[in-house]
Amino acid sequence: MDVKLLRKGTTLVIRIMEDMDHHSAQYLRQKIDSEIIKSTVKNIIFDFSKVNFMDSSGIGIVVGRYKNIQKLNGRAAIVNANPKLMQIFEMSGVLKIIPAYADLEDALTSMCG
Amino acid sequence: MQLINEMKLEFMSKSNNEAFGRIVAAAFASQLDPTVEELADIKTAVSEAVTNAIIHGYENNSGMVRMVCRLYDDGIEIVISDEGKGIEDVELARQPLYTSKPDMERSGMGFTVMESFMDRVDIVSEPDKGTTVTLFKNIKS
Repeated sequence: MDVKLLRKGTTLVIRIMEDMDHHSAQYLRQKIDSEIIKSTVKNIIFDFSKVNFMDSSGIGIVVGRYKNIQKLNGRAAIVNANPKLMQIFEMSGVLKIIPAYADLEDALTSMCG
Repeated sequence: MQLINEMKLEFMSKSNNEAFGRIVAAAFASQLDPTVEELADIKTAVSEAVTNAIIHGYENNSGMVRMVCRLYDDGIEIVISDEGKGIEDVELARQPLYTSKPDMERSGMGFTVMESFMDRVDIVSEPDKGTTVTLFKNIKS
């Protein structure tokens, strides 16, 4: 149970269930990318509600997936990230290109509504 | 600055030791009764330094990563070293968003994260000899 992928229309909700570091990065990338490729995913939402720990390897995972869907005019969002995660997203400039929302409903309304 | 306790650890440069290294450092640091936030800062900074040793220091080769933790009355010092390929330009490596491995989706934020979450970060490196990163965090006990 390392990542749960849920479809909400053309939006893919990616709920990561483990620590995000260099060790987990490759697995997460493969799992997420294979879902994005095989289906008609337009937008993606990263749900961090189950992530207690993330280092800068997490930035690579998020920005890498964002770049892929952006080529197809898709959008990305971050939800439920704890303050420490938000600090890392903030200092790396991620929040300038990927908006963060307090919860999933807010993100879905904003992206699809 | 009086030394209270010290520990030394060596582990192979395998990526599953990134979590092991940061958890050990945090467990040792907990003797100073840090806040939850201070512990999270230590775990994140150690994870960055250990990851650097594994993917940049040793690249795909196997080697040993060494970690020394010292508790002082005013904080914790963590020294993470490898005997890998070293960093040619330490100042460049410290720059936010600079990465020597963009193809691996590395963000180039490792040293910036360490500097933001710790009170002092010293880097000593010599090409083909290895890198030593010394992290210090003030903890008021």
